Amino acid sequence: MSYHVNEKGYYGNFGGAYIPEMLYPNVEDLRIKYLEVIGDPVFQKEFQQLLKDYVGRPSPLFLAERLSEKYGTTIYLKREDLNHTGAHKINNTVGQILFAERLGKKRIIAETGAGQHGVATATVCALKGLECVIYMGEVDIKRQAPNVARMKMMGATVVPAMSGSKTLKDATNEAMRDWINNPVDTHYIIGSVVGPHPYPDMVARFQSVISEETRWQLKEKTGKESPDYVLACVGGGSNAAGMFYHFLDDVDTRLIAVEAAGKGVNSGESAATTVLGKEGVLHGSRSLVMQTEDGQVVEPYSISAGLDYPGIGPQHAFLHTEHRAEYVSATDDEAMQAGLLLARLEGIIPAIETAHAIAHLEKMVFNGDETVVICLSGRGDKDLENYMQYFDF
Amino acid sequence: MNRLKHLFETNNEPVLSIYYTAGYPQLDETLEIAEALEKAGIDFLEMGFPYSDPVADGPVIQNSSERALHNGMTLKLLFEQLKELRKRVSIPVLLMGYLNPMLQYGIENFCRDAAAVGVDGVIVPDLPIYEFEELYRGIFEKYGLSNIFLITPQTSEDRIRKIDNLTSGFIYMVSSASTTGKNLSLSDQTEAYFSRVKAMNLKQPLIIGFGISDKPSFQKAAKYARGAIVGSAFVKFLEEPNAKSRIDEFISRIK
Repeated sequence: MSYHVNEKGYYGNFGGAYIPEMLYPNVEDLRIKYLEVIGDPVFQKEFQQLLKDYVGRPSPLFLAERLSEKYGTTIYLKREDLNHTGAHKINNTVGQILFAERLGKKRIIAETGAGQHGVATATVCALKGLECVIYMGEVDIKRQAPNVARMKMMGATVVPAMSGSKTLKDATNEAMRDWINNPVDTHYIIGSVVGPHPYPDMVARFQSVISEETRWQLKEKTGKESPDYVLACVGGGSNAAGMFYHFLDDVDTRLIAVEAAGKGVNSGESAATTVLGKEGVLHGSRSLVMQTEDGQVVEPYSISAGLDYPGIGPQHAFLHTEHRAEYVSATDDEAMQAGLLLARLEGIIPAIETAHAIAHLEKMVFNGDETVVICLSGRGDKDLENYMQYFDF
Repeated sequence: MNRLKHLFETNNEPVLSIYYTAGYPQLDETLEIAEALEKAGIDFLEMGFPYSDPVADGPVIQNSSERALHNGMTLKLLFEQLKELRKRVSIPVLLMGYLNPMLQYGIENFCRDAAAVGVDGVIVPDLPIYEFEELYRGIFEKYGLSNIFLITPQTSEDRIRKIDNLTSGFIYMVSSASTTGKNLSLSDQTEAYFSRVKAMNLKQPLIIGFGISDKPSFQKAAKYARGAIVGSAFVKFLEEPNAKSRIDEFISRIK
């Protein structure tokens, strides 16, 4: 079975391009060109060069000895937090900015939740000298102030999204509206594996460098390319998509995606889409969506701005319904404790998003000495204020 | 005969359609507003069923959608309200909204209930052409509903031809690359686009929408198309004091 997108833009029932006609020409242009552009050796050379010299790849695969000892197994951390700008998001923005250049676009827009994708977009726009406009929910602007400052310092305009819950969903709506109003000169760099086809596949391909490196790094360290478990947190799902990509066909590798349960999956304040969502259409693709019986999208909740999203990428919806990956969740409290644990045991302060993946270790039962790889998707600098408040430092 | 088809076959004057969001400003005035619009002389109307994430809409319709949802509007309630539709309104009526609420209601259920209350067609901006062709076309035909597709200045000629074959009723010609509620500026480019599409001699009538708000913009649109749709300007007007009793006054400023 293939877990990748088919030629119609679907993963099983999920995916497609549910967009108003105003967006059709731009999305169609991307669809026609993306495979050819990504496959072009000249593009690849430039992309790989930037990943190496600018992003700082390959990111290390780190054996976390004290964490391993605590859980009685072997745990590696794929250190995406050490990338330039502090998260995996830049893998995708480097790829898309090169694509945008080839399309002749002069202006870049993006949505952002935690601000990591906004920062990664502002960064590559500065690098390439392109105009950059970032849409960010008003609530998120408040809870991620350092990232807002970084974007502004690099010359981006940060526009607050004032509608709905004023978080990631609404920032995405505003970015789509901007694109409708500026169809000719603008490219929209979506930050996750969501949106109309070809975005979910394109973003997953740019993020697939995470699992590509993990395979050879693990082989160097253990003699085996595939671990027993791969873990990643999921909001829209881009780090998980990149972390799973080259392991999808290794049936012996268990893929575990950790969603944000907020104050508890059934508390009414949660973002655990695979539990609470139903099939529906949001932001241009058919996937699992948290919604009312009447088809209105509900406001999710998570302490982590990057996981605070009522949908999930269509490939994840497919991996979930096909049981290829296990979708579990961690609460705010579990994630915060896991963030503290990693700081104390390994001297690494993770992003609160990433801490959700770490938190799941508590619930796993290991069978002797197994190998676990966790995608350490981002660092926690941006979250210090949250950590300080939570732990009363 | 389908009321829309009848309208275009019997009326040679420029036609005016008005959009409003059902459930806004008050929950239970859907039919009252429809009656007043017909009395004021409009030719057909579009009732919006609200959605939480209306990406093709500007601030005015975003606001009316949010308020309508807050007031408690749902598709189920809308069809309840429309039970009396054909006792009170005789002009063609279209429902306009986004795909997700329809999917949750069930496409066949939606079409069945829409046809049962006397709705003539549906406009769903985020319904992909391929999905309509493969999955829903038969259902729409079974219930005698028109499905209206949009075209924009960026839509290719091939695609316009394809839409001309798939759509029934009319083609919704979006005046410029924009969300709803921007003013129409009739630049050379816009006129070139209108002329280019007009010259294609399509089977379906063209109706221009987005940015039509007054007599000059309506008359400009009527030069190139069979008529025009006013949305945001009317929704905004409904905010004014005593708006409901002055609907004829609003319409007289356009047509």
